[in-house]
Amino acid sequence: MMTHGDRNRSERAGSSRMRLRGLIRKEFLQIVRDPSSIAIAFLMPIFLLLLFGYGVSLDSEHIPLALVVEQPNSDTADFTAEFDHSKYFVTSYYASTRDAEQAMMAGRVNAIVVLRRDFASTLRRSDGAPVQLIVNGVDANTGRIISGYVRGAWGSWLAHSAQKRGEVLRVPVQMEQRVWFNSELRSRNFLVPGLVAVIMTLIGALLTAMVMSREWERGTMEALLVTPLSMREVIIGKLLPYFILGMGGLVLAVGMSLFLFEVPLRGSLWVLFAASALFLVTALSMGLLISTVARSQFVAGLIALIATFLPAFLLSGFIFDIGSMPAVVQAITHIVAARYYVAILQTVFLAGNVWGVILPNALALAALAAVFLGLTWRNARKRLE
Amino acid sequence: MFGRIFALVLKEFLALLKDKRTRLVLIGPPLIQLMVFGYAATFDLKNVPYAVYNEDRGSAARELFADFDGATSFTPVAQITHESEIAPLVDGKQVLMVIHAGSNFSAELAAGRPAPLQVIVDGRNSNTAMLAINDASVIVDRFNTAWAQSHGGAAAPAHIEMRAWFNPNLESRWFFLPGIVGILTLLLTMLVTALSVAREREQGTFDQLLVTPLRPVEILIGKTLPGFLIGMAEASLIMLAAVFWFKVPLLGSLLTLYTGIALFLLSGVGVGLMISSFAATQQQGLLGAFIFMVPAIILSGFATPIRNMPVLVQDITLLNPMRYFLLVLRGVFLEGMPFHLLIPQFWPMALIGVTAFGIAGWLFRHRMY
Amino acid sequence: MNAAKHETASSTSASPGGGIALVVKQLSKSFLVGKRRIQALHDVNFSVRHGVVTGLVGPDAAGKTTLMRLAAGLLVPDSGAISVLGMDAATQSLAVQGAIGYMPQRFGLYEDLTVQENLDLYADLQGVPEAARAERYRELMHMAGLEPFARRLAGQLSGGMKQKLGLACALVRQPPLLLLDEPTVGVDPLSRRELWDIVYRLVREQGTSVLLTTAYLDEAERCDDVVLLHEGRLLDRGEPAVLREAMRGRTYRVTVAGMDKRVLQNRIAQAPGAMDALIQGDHVRVVMESDAPVDFAALCPAAAGIEAAAVAPRFEDSFVALIKAKARGDEDSSAQMTATTTSPLLARGTAEGSAQSGGVPAGVRLAGVARERVDTNQVQHIPPLPAGERGQDQFARPVIEVSKLQRRFGSFYAVNDISFAVSRGEVFGLLGANGAGKSTTFRMLCGLLPPSGGTLRVAGADLRHAAAAARARIGYMSQKFSLYGNLSVAENLQFFSSAYDLSGTRRKQRIDWALQEFELSSMADLTSGDLSLGYKQRLALACALMHEPDILFLDEPTSGVDPLARREFWSRINALAGQGVTIMVTTHFMEEAEYCDRLAIMAAGEILTMGTPGSIKAQARTAAQPEPTMEDAFVGLIMAHEHREAAA
Repeated sequence: MMTHGDRNRSERAGSSRMRLRGLIRKEFLQIVRDPSSIAIAFLMPIFLLLLFGYGVSLDSEHIPLALVVEQPNSDTADFTAEFDHSKYFVTSYYASTRDAEQAMMAGRVNAIVVLRRDFASTLRRSDGAPVQLIVNGVDANTGRIISGYVRGAWGSWLAHSAQKRGEVLRVPVQMEQRVWFNSELRSRNFLVPGLVAVIMTLIGALLTAMVMSREWERGTMEALLVTPLSMREVIIGKLLPYFILGMGGLVLAVGMSLFLFEVPLRGSLWVLFAASALFLVTALSMGLLISTVARSQFVAGLIALIATFLPAFLLSGFIFDIGSMPAVVQAITHIVAARYYVAILQTVFLAGNVWGVILPNALALAALAAVFLGLTWRNARKRLE
Repeated sequence: MFGRIFALVLKEFLALLKDKRTRLVLIGPPLIQLMVFGYAATFDLKNVPYAVYNEDRGSAARELFADFDGATSFTPVAQITHESEIAPLVDGKQVLMVIHAGSNFSAELAAGRPAPLQVIVDGRNSNTAMLAINDASVIVDRFNTAWAQSHGGAAAPAHIEMRAWFNPNLESRWFFLPGIVGILTLLLTMLVTALSVAREREQGTFDQLLVTPLRPVEILIGKTLPGFLIGMAEASLIMLAAVFWFKVPLLGSLLTLYTGIALFLLSGVGVGLMISSFAATQQQGLLGAFIFMVPAIILSGFATPIRNMPVLVQDITLLNPMRYFLLVLRGVFLEGMPFHLLIPQFWPMALIGVTAFGIAGWLFRHRMY
Repeated sequence: MNAAKHETASSTSASPGGGIALVVKQLSKSFLVGKRRIQALHDVNFSVRHGVVTGLVGPDAAGKTTLMRLAAGLLVPDSGAISVLGMDAATQSLAVQGAIGYMPQRFGLYEDLTVQENLDLYADLQGVPEAARAERYRELMHMAGLEPFARRLAGQLSGGMKQKLGLACALVRQPPLLLLDEPTVGVDPLSRRELWDIVYRLVREQGTSVLLTTAYLDEAERCDDVVLLHEGRLLDRGEPAVLREAMRGRTYRVTVAGMDKRVLQNRIAQAPGAMDALIQGDHVRVVMESDAPVDFAALCPAAAGIEAAAVAPRFEDSFVALIKAKARGDEDSSAQMTATTTSPLLARGTAEGSAQSGGVPAGVRLAGVARERVDTNQVQHIPPLPAGERGQDQFARPVIEVSKLQRRFGSFYAVNDISFAVSRGEVFGLLGANGAGKSTTFRMLCGLLPPSGGTLRVAGADLRHAAAAARARIGYMSQKFSLYGNLSVAENLQFFSSAYDLSGTRRKQRIDWALQEFELSSMADLTSGDLSLGYKQRLALACALMHEPDILFLDEPTSGVDPLARREFWSRINALAGQGVTIMVTTHFMEEAEYCDRLAIMAAGEILTMGTPGSIKAQARTAAQPEPTMEDAFVGLIMAHEHREAAA
């Protein structure tokens, strides 16, 4: 036997379910009718991931390099061959340092390697400097990679030539490096998961940033508000459809990462999707908050433009190491949801289910989502004021 | 005719700047973003956390670790004594690097045999890993040279003399800051122009403009100038901050720099107006701005070099005005490139701008609903 | 109804099923607009009876919409309370929202959902049990006449059908109380009639109580009760018939043979004792300030042969009288006003500025006093006026010529094969239901849209290809009063004057003229977006007239504007026509059609009929309808057209 109160409660729950169902169905119908949200959810990840997955790489290859050999002989030919056959460089020979410098000025080459006239004689002197390397320091990163590579090539050539003469090259400390998780240092392996995070931030914000303000502008919000809908139902009714849509886009993006870009997945798929779902909720609720606060599509759009893409691109640790930023900037990165998601993604893809990384970041995502939703709920009163 | 254009420009300025919120959006975020991103965008590693795994009791190993300790790139956060401790530290991202000297490290070194030093790096971010390895090898090289000199004995190999032009300390911030100037300028011109026609269309004032004696060319000029002038002012402001706050050297001539800025603004405003006159609603205008801006920034060579991209993508970047602008900015700022060397960057921007304006002007009259 | 009766009404606890559906008690509400606080409602008291239609009537910014939103629990009052069906709207808003039906001004239809899907949504939201739905839907769809369109997207419905669908959605759960906020704005007369039929059927068959706001005074006349609001204060309330009867003996129809009606209207409006003069087809309708007998010959000595007949008063007359008397009362008491008052003409009207004037001025207190009935046949003979002042040849050369004009969107003809010509100095009206092709025709005439076929000439040129100078000869005012909302009044004027190539002293002269003529001087520095609708409309007209155009295009220039502002607007248009400016206008208001020299009625992109207002009305004359109104004629023509379409 149900008491009267129970029946009342179950009736209320029933009608709440009915309202929610109606709202969600409406939202889905609108999504189906308006191809732009489907395009945002499905075409955008494909387009962006293809473009960036192939387009963005930090591996420095095909660096144009000028070689100046002041007095060619068999030693120098041996050494320059190291560069000629490297996939990192595209070499060109110049007769004089001057010519090479001019080429660098004009941007035709990024670095110059000069083998001096006294190459053979100074070769085995510890204070000798038979090789001069000039890099264009504008792109400091490439500059450093070049210098590291030239130094490596020089070391291996020295060892090689010593061996040929039957000597053993004596280096005091020999550094042996082992790179975990990504032994070939393939930058795509970390850029692609990062891109997934940037793209999902964009999609989350674009999908929801306008949905509330659109209802305000079209006057449909006023009609919704005078029904018995509660604000909680409105928020769930907005979030759920776009969540499902966004998850579709996410599956697509993850699938492309695994099968097209061949990023290894060392953690488990369910952890990946659970974390992604959490992130999507955070991204969507941020969009919803923007949309609720703005009430006009124009302002919502401006805020979304400023607050989503660039922070996710620059402050998430996707490209730039957060640990190397000044403390103040590091503090700011804590409110960028993509930061946590990038950490989880890179770990789950490349390292495995490392709970020490996943749990704190997931917790931070959940906290951010709670803050955004709480603020949305506070701002989205059932009043017109 | 000039009276009409002047009135239109005046109106655009008033409409933009009278609104407090717009004023705020135009001045606040760019400066904040310059500050935040200016500090954030760097490949120079600082305080990379690493663990010391020293099984050797000799002084040589101590000296080498002291060198690491003194480097700004690295900060020791843990001392470990057993191999099994490595994995949890690296997996959990507590350290990026573990440096391991075996128990006979000093002995080998003293005996004149190569002493191995193991460096284990977290490769999840391969770029950071590579940079860390490079920095570590520089420290080891330095140690070797010093060791060879003080202990004579073994003939140390000749070294490479290296010079970096334009940026002797290879500070990557110098590379990124001009890029951020470009990004923020683009963002602003997009904000100002991408919605300007679409908003007037939605409010119905665009029809009102079209029935006045104003010609499409005049409307085009009237819509362009405000975005252009605001872009100029913003770019100058951001550059001032870059030069005086971040101390990025400005070697080239201002004339060359402003030629580049003017042409870039021309192409940026042109594309913005084109998007705006194509869009029927502000929402479409905004979506268009997004769809243009994201690839324009990522495929500009801002963070990742264009030459690493597949040929097809490299061809696509030829349509991207940001690509040319970044070369101009970096060239003029850091290299002091003369005007004539930058002409190959100037004309494509001009071409993109003129084409975009042509399309926008045509759309003014021919786009219906 | 008098004050004492009202007191008893509001003190009875309003329980559902009792006599009172809604009680408004000492209600005040203010808003912050920019830095100014604006009093939208000021100590308003009234109640709404069960089972009748109550109309909330008032000019622009009277506080009607605010009151509706307060009643729906969407706003919280500053002080006072609204009790809806016995519940407090502020504290029990969810319960109130669960009980009432509410249709906001722009009803929240999802245009990308079909008719059926919109109904489903609101049925879900309102918790209509599944079992009851089929029956309810059938009823509603039948009532709204939407049965054939269940699968059509709401965005593709005409404006009238959209409103009917909105009403159906608000009714999906059979609410005992229905709140309708301006349900008929922008809706053509035919759809308006149908909407009213639905409302009355609800009241009659289901005993629903209805509270609605309206700017159409002929609609107010159809309500059982009206509540008159003005600048946030209650002006009067009662049955429309009672209010109307107070005006008996003060209304006349005046004609002068051979005298232009605009000239006549102008003369009479300036005569002492005349409160209101309106053109009605071929005659002028005059409302006097008192019911004392009038000697029109003495009133207008220049008008020889003047004929005046007393006519029955309308609700509109009492509305105008009340508002005008109120305005005069405010002027009288303005001496005691505090210096801090902002302009009373700003958005929402600043009612706090007007000092307490003791409610309704005694002079217009409308107790249902029976007045001496004036015989409508009583005619006063007045000597005729010399021949018309406007030249005889003015209609000779057409200024606008349209021949076989077509405009296609895909396979749909928005304008199909229309031809007409407009002469210099003529006021030519385009009438039609929503989507009849009026705006498309306008856009083509202004050169904003290329025609798909046919030819058009405006001032001898096709504006789409003509030199920019040709555009300097036309003025254009669009439906939305397109102004730059964040520019000030003066800045808007400055911009448009420069856009029209005015400069130097002439530009200054014209701007001064606009500020003077349209009484905008006091608000030259105000942001135009903050102006009330009536002032936005004035400013828009001023901007369109900066360069003294020969031809003026007005696209629904008065929609949403209250009757007083509409009258003022038309008096300006009349004056312009008198100066030889050619005017083309579209409108939904049938009484405005009466102001035109000639009309074309459009439906589905075609012109159904064209002629003077008198001749079009004459077409509708039948035995049952000896004296048809313009609305009757319009509805008749459209219905006949639809029958033909259905038959074809």
